[in-house]
Amino acid sequence: MSLAAACGCATTSADPRDPLESVNRAVYAFNEGFDEVVGKPAARVYREALPRGVRNMLRNFFNNIDDLFIGANNLLQGKPADAVNDWGRFALNTTFGLLGLIDWASDAGMEKHNEDFGQTLGHWGAGDGPYLVLPLFGPSTLRDAGGLLVDWEVDPVALHAPVDERNAMVATRFVGRRADLLEATRLLDEAALDKYVFLRDAYLQRRRSLVYDGRPPRERPPAQ
Amino acid sequence: MAGRRANGRLRNEKEDEMKRLLAGAAFALAAVATHAQHTPPDELVKGVMLDIQRIIVEDKELQSGARRKSIELIEQKALPHFNHVGMTALAVGVNWRKASPEQKKRLAEEFRALLVRTYASSLSAFGDQKFDFRPLRMKPSDTDVTVQVRVLQPGAEAVTVDYDMEKTSNGWKCYDVRVAGVSLVINYRTEFANIVRDSGIDGLIRSLETKNKKLAAATPASAK
Repeated sequence: MSLAAACGCATTSADPRDPLESVNRAVYAFNEGFDEVVGKPAARVYREALPRGVRNMLRNFFNNIDDLFIGANNLLQGKPADAVNDWGRFALNTTFGLLGLIDWASDAGMEKHNEDFGQTLGHWGAGDGPYLVLPLFGPSTLRDAGGLLVDWEVDPVALHAPVDERNAMVATRFVGRRADLLEATRLLDEAALDKYVFLRDAYLQRRRSLVYDGRPPRERPPAQ
Repeated sequence: MAGRRANGRLRNEKEDEMKRLLAGAAFALAAVATHAQHTPPDELVKGVMLDIQRIIVEDKELQSGARRKSIELIEQKALPHFNHVGMTALAVGVNWRKASPEQKKRLAEEFRALLVRTYASSLSAFGDQKFDFRPLRMKPSDTDVTVQVRVLQPGAEAVTVDYDMEKTSNGWKCYDVRVAGVSLVINYRTEFANIVRDSGIDGLIRSLETKNKKLAAATPASAK
């Protein structure tokens, strides 16, 4: 009785998608703490210190580098037309967009895609595997964590030669992305009754949608 | 319906005037109802979204995220097109059948309030977004469709918003919204199931009440 009451706050629902829930919750708590102390404050400073135009350029710069590998993943998924679009974006933005600081390609109607190696694995039928919360990186799955390793191996920012420059770039990218998510995390605080569960379910839904490029097959009967 | 207009030849007696007024009112109501009933779901979504956007563009307070006003706008313009009971049933899942009619009513009220409070604060972003309304292919016999809208933003991938709509005697009603593939309704299912398992349907109602009160109390602080 008292034992059940003692750990009542973190009762696990034995969710089959999340067999490691107790470990995940611990990592999640660590990430939340890190975010509170480092992530959010840094993101707020970033947002207040830099004018919007500069933040846009920095975001464009990192997004442009991503387009190379978004294209590669589209090719690996058998979508050459999308790959051509992504590499066209990269070519246009790297040259006329001054190393990617300006996103002319979007203005020209070349759409930005969202791909990574985890999605490529999913595209070819790899299931999610157990849900994982990675230290600092946050929500993931076994499949997506594997994908992340590959993404990281070929990431030009992570591969950049002088280590201190690389660290500065990785940190800038991290803080910039955290700043872009400030609204989303406020929304999460307001919407969720149990943030861990809410974020997990949202992540799994989101990834499923991404694997199917926004058109996942319907899997539930209509309401009532 | 039409052609039964009040006749000009009627004598000006009080009773006739009353009748005419009532007939006029009934006619107007019928016209509105018929309109909503016959508006195809994709046109309905487009009309409502553009209407809300126009109001935000013309209103400085809404653009700066005035919460109370945002909630009013949603209540007036969007909510009449939602099936709250259906949404709540979908979020509560299998436990819905165990709830009494009174509990169902309370659940639907609280869930509706939670969704409105949570998403009202995101409404300000609506003002300067571009929408790409996807053509809907539907058969006349269809009673359950998904209306797709893409929200375009420069420098980032488009965000898809899917409205699951069902045909009712009062026109098409939305019972789920998926943003970037994440269902705002289904995402509550595990959370709700966990709470019901631990503390029953009444426990879920209490949790939602507490959450809503907390959000309401926080309103003045985050209004601006």
